[in-house]
Order: sequence, then C-alpha cells, then structure tokens
Amino acid sequence: MKIEVSGLRLDYGDVTALRDLTFTLDAGKIYGLLGRNGSGKTSLLSVLAAFRRQTAGTVLVGGRPVFENSKVTPDICLIRDTGETVDIGTANDALYFAEWLRPRWDAAYAESLMDRFRLTRKMKVGSMSKGQRSALGVVVGLASRAPITMFDESYLGMDAPSRHAFYDELLTDYMANPRTIILSTHLIEEAGALFEEVVIIDRGRLVLHEDSERLLARGTAVTGPAAQVDAFTAGLTTLGEKRLGGTKSTMIYGELDDAQRRKAREAGLELGPSAMQDLFIRLTEPEGEPS
Amino acid sequence: MGVMFDDRSPIYRQIADRIKADVLSGALQGDEQVMSTNQYAAFYRINPATAAKAFQHLVDEGVLYKKRGIGMFVSPAARDDLSARRRQSFYAEVVDPMVAEARAIGIPLDGVIARIRELEEDR
Repeated sequence: MKIEVSGLRLDYGDVTALRDLTFTLDAGKIYGLLGRNGSGKTSLLSVLAAFRRQTAGTVLVGGRPVFENSKVTPDICLIRDTGETVDIGTANDALYFAEWLRPRWDAAYAESLMDRFRLTRKMKVGSMSKGQRSALGVVVGLASRAPITMFDESYLGMDAPSRHAFYDELLTDYMANPRTIILSTHLIEEAGALFEEVVIIDRGRLVLHEDSERLLARGTAVTGPAAQVDAFTAGLTTLGEKRLGGTKSTMIYGELDDAQRRKAREAGLELGPSAMQDLFIRLTEPEGEPS
Repeated sequence: MGVMFDDRSPIYRQIADRIKADVLSGALQGDEQVMSTNQYAAFYRINPATAAKAFQHLVDEGVLYKKRGIGMFVSPAARDDLSARRRQSFYAEVVDPMVAEARAIGIPLDGVIARIRELEEDR
C-alpha cells in the first residue's frame, strides 16, 4: 500500500508540529525515519496511523484517506516508543488483543518471537522492564504482518543482543512477507544498513527523502593537507570540517564526477565515504542545510 | 554495522569484492550457484535491495549471470576474466605501492628482490 502525504500540517494549539510535508512512500520497502528530538517523527507516525487527525493537507494510504477510515486502519500498525504500556494486564492479553485487531496475525510466529525475546504469556505488562515492554511491542508489531508497520523507537531499553534479534527478525520476516516498514530511530549506525530509503525531517519539515545508497554517495569526506583540501572544496557545498594539525577533513555534499575524483587524487587528497550518521547530523544542524 | 565492513567503501561494493575474491580463489566455481540476495542480506544484516545492487554490479561486469526464477550463477569465464584484469593492474596496485613503502621506510630494493627469489625457490 502506497502512502501519499501532501501539504500535511499538524498543529497542537498554537504550536505547529508538522508543516507542509509532501512525500510518497512506495509499498514494500523498509524506510528509516530520522530526525532530532522534537523534530516531529512521532507526530508524523501518529497521523499516518490515524491516531491523530491532521490540521491540513491529505494523507492517503492505498489511495484512501486514513483518518477514521476502518477500511484502512486494520492494515496499519504503529508500535510506539513506549512499547506495550497500556494497562492491559498480561502479555497474553496483549497478544489476544492484537490477534483480534489484526487480520493477518500470525500466532505461531508470535509464539516463536516471545521465546526469542524470552517473554512468557503469564508476565504482567505493568511489572515488565522497559526493554521487555519494548520487546513485547516488537512481537506485536512483527506478528501483526500489517501491510504498513511502523516502529517508533521501539528499541528503547532493549539491550544490544535484543536489538540485534529485532533487526534480524525484522529483515527475515520482511523478506518472507514483503511489506512497508517504517523505523524511526536514533541508532543510525546500528540500523542504517536496514533502510532502502531514508526520510529526514527537522522542525516539522521534510529535509530529504532519498534512496539510502544515493544519499551515502552524495556525501564525501575529503581529507589531506589543509590548503589542498580548501582549494578542492572551494565552490562545493560543504557540510562541516575537522582539523588535526595540518590535516583537514571536509565533508562535501553532492556527487563528484570522474574528473573531480581524478583532480582530488592528483592533489594527493583522500576521498572517503560518509557515514549516514554524520550526514544526518550535519543535515539537521541549524546552519547545515545544503544550499 | 561495524564488524563485517570497514565502512570506507559502500557495502554493496564490499560484497561484490568478496564474491570476486571467492571466484578468484576457486571457492566459487564456474556455473556454481551463489547464495541468494536474501541470504546475503540476512547474513550481513542489510537491506536486500543493497545486496541486490552488489549482484547487479557483478552481472554487469560479467562475473555472474542470472537464471530467471532460479538464482545467480558464476559465469564460466569469470575466473579467467578476473585474473586477466588483476594481472593488468598488478604492478600499479601491488608492486608500485610496495616499492614506495620500501623506500619510505628504508628497505633496499635488493633486499626485496632477494626475498622474492627466496619465496620463488621455496615453491
């Protein structure tokens, strides 16, 4: 199911959380939704999941408006950063509720995920650790097999082995049952390789929506003697620089052609790839927007 | 994701390089099927589209060929082609940097040549 967002605006009283957001997400890909704290990620996901009604603009899922539309909402599953916190009783109740709500629920898969995350049905959600609640959220999110599945920082409190189990399960199940998955995360170094496309928002606005590999190809770290680096990067869009003695490393934004690469090599400069994390940080810096 | 990749070149190129290395060493034989995109994606914990890009690269280079609905296979000529290509760049990529390194740290080239002879005799 395609997601089409056009001119989306969301106000909370006089605070504008999302403004003029327009983008289209094709079905069947894993998307990374990146943004700093307070950038509007959770607001955006809440609108996509029909938890909130937008102030203006349109949000279509599979061509249909999403808010208060019972034809669409069973196909959209949002797992919030708090995991399963509803005073729902036991893990068993949470699974029972999900099974009732989700037409594509896979009970056997839910069972194997419970084992994998060392959860039992008898556990009381209220007395679970933060990591266990997140894990239960992941179980519900994956076993729902919803055509649009969104995880809003659903790893909070999970230790590294559990997070890796989450990434492995997500990938394996996505490949076996292709669907749209949107992951919002701050752990870009850890999760970045899972994304086919990346959506970056900042202060409620869209910064970019790009294929991951293409985004990475756009950033290049130019390293070498300061004077040569400056000469090479003059006139290019730069996103920041670091210095160590006479050596300088400047990150440039925009793909380099073969002639430029040759020129850099001849000047004794090293061209390195950029990390998604660095690009994200630079692109969401107040003065960092590419001109 | 750290462990498997040096993050100095794109992941898909590193996967492609690894497959080429396996073809060159004979670990992957001509007409042998290679693991699927999904198996690679799961193993390296990367998006399958990224793994598919590595495969597409290798198909474009003639290292792999596709059998529709079955999978990817090593081209029969891949090993010879790859070694021919490596032979062409051997001096520029291996010998020249070695000589530069030897000079930089003060190893006489006579010593390097003697070592090469020694290795040749040990064969």
